[in-house]
Amino acid sequence: MNALESAQKIKAKFGDLISEPTEFRGETTLEITNPERIAEVCEFAKKELGFNYLVDVSSIDNYGEDPRWTVVYHLRGLAHGGELRLKTRVSEEKSELPSVIGVWRTADWHEREIYDMMGIRFRGHPDLRRILMWEGYPYFPLRKDFPLAGKATDVPGVAFTQPAPLEGGPFVTAPGGKDAIEREPHVRNPED
Amino acid sequence: MAEAHKIEMQDSAARAAQAAEELQDAQGERMVLNMGPSHPATHGVLRIVLELDGEIITKADPDVGYLHRGDEKIAENMTYTQFIPYTDRLDYLAPLANNVAYALAVEKLLGIEKDLPPRCQYIRVMCAELARISSHLLGIGAFAMDLGAVTVFLLTFNEREKVYNLAESLSGARFTTSYTRIGGVMRDLPPGWTEQCRRFCDEVIPVLNEVETLLTRNRIWVDRIKNLAIISKEDAIDYGLSGPNLRASGFEYDLRKAQPYLCYKDLEFDIPIGSVGDCYDRYLVRMEEMRQSVRILYQCLDKIPGGADNKSNEPVNVADGKIVLPPKQKVMTKMEELIHQFILVTQGVNCPPGEIYFGHENPKGELGFYINSRGGGTPYRMKIRSPSFVNLSIISKIFPGCLVSDTVAILGSLDFVMGECDR
Repeated sequence: MNALESAQKIKAKFGDLISEPTEFRGETTLEITNPERIAEVCEFAKKELGFNYLVDVSSIDNYGEDPRWTVVYHLRGLAHGGELRLKTRVSEEKSELPSVIGVWRTADWHEREIYDMMGIRFRGHPDLRRILMWEGYPYFPLRKDFPLAGKATDVPGVAFTQPAPLEGGPFVTAPGGKDAIEREPHVRNPED
Repeated sequence: MAEAHKIEMQDSAARAAQAAEELQDAQGERMVLNMGPSHPATHGVLRIVLELDGEIITKADPDVGYLHRGDEKIAENMTYTQFIPYTDRLDYLAPLANNVAYALAVEKLLGIEKDLPPRCQYIRVMCAELARISSHLLGIGAFAMDLGAVTVFLLTFNEREKVYNLAESLSGARFTTSYTRIGGVMRDLPPGWTEQCRRFCDEVIPVLNEVETLLTRNRIWVDRIKNLAIISKEDAIDYGLSGPNLRASGFEYDLRKAQPYLCYKDLEFDIPIGSVGDCYDRYLVRMEEMRQSVRILYQCLDKIPGGADNKSNEPVNVADGKIVLPPKQKVMTKMEELIHQFILVTQGVNCPPGEIYFGHENPKGELGFYINSRGGGTPYRMKIRSPSFVNLSIISKIFPGCLVSDTVAILGSLDFVMGECDR
């Protein structure tokens, strides 16, 4: 069973909930319009279509767009070798969707990491704590509005009180800037 | 006698049940023991909060993140090529394999992974396999040393030194190699490298044999790790384990066979699997994987297009000036190459919008890069799926029921590296 067939089976089962499958570089992606039903779709993909291995869960901050978050699940069927990517978009006000920990145990740490880095909460997760940053850290560092140099806080002992010095890099050119100054390599902060 | 043996070799589930039973009329209270983050057996900065009932662990809560450097954030702020040195610092015991994995991921996004010249593919396979041998040598050496067998550690480190020498003559650096480039490698094999590599292959096999004589049937070694921390096939899949840890649980899955990349299709090698899924199986699988890697290396050395000194001038980079830096002499003398160089250095390789995931069979397991691109020279989002991070998440499942002294053995057998886990 290849990925496209699986995608069509999911589409047939859930109908309008699922967008048309897209293909890029041989990978199939399905978008789920309602994030509330992600666990249901994952359950179906595991039980009926044999996607027994969750490779990865990641998140994207579509800063300046609505809905702001995208959560990406990368599924693999170890028996048939097919791979499928599921995506769902979550609004910033809600920032919450159901956990898939009941489907694959490995989602545990992946979801904790997304909560830690982006601030998206997973309903039904038994132990949603920060994992890479420490308890009490006030920000979500992978959000696009969090600058590379870090943010100052007024909680000494919990987080840095000053942003890190960024002299010497990393400098990046933004393609398509309006003038040469805009295009030349420099440190980019989301506020600028 | 047989019965006495059975009690001695109780599996962890039975021990957990027994521990729970003993807790019913426990006289004392449970003790919380903090292990790490600076503990020699945690191989880096892993902290585990253990809850103990006497000698038996009743609960384990791993705490990671002490080495978090924000690699994913950094990646969003630089060009694809600029991120290559950061991949050295993921699994710092196998930098060459990380370089290969990352380059292949970006090439998949560009859609040029099929256009890689054959010589480049062979060089990359050799890099990945050397890294595998080097990583497993350290993994087994440190595993054995933690359990008191220091000789093994000295033997394996002696061999790792030779891998470092090979990496040094290849890339100029022993540790932080940064050897691959998007669309190729930094430079062709230096003169004499293939002979040096062949000599290493010849020399490493007797050492592996010696390590096996020291360990495989050693009574102390076997008693300490056999039937310890058994991970069933179902659990291994459910917890997303990959690499030797998944295969030791008896599930045959290797990305080099399942989704062949580079020239692995043309090479012959076997996938060793375990039968029980205990620490001993994880040790055996790693030992056999090194032998298979040596087998792959021999084949590569024999079959590499262009041979040792590349008299026929086989290319090692894709022939696209918009992806690979042109030779310096041409940059200085030709207009077009100068423009290419300027754009590549300032703006990076121009990738199409789209998203890809590429998983590479790294020594520790599946190292994956999920790249979300909106066009241009920098990724919009890059997620690193690190095998150590996922493999460690099973700790809280397998630790309860084990003894405190078993923690060292289990951690050694899982073979993780925190640089990759914390990113």
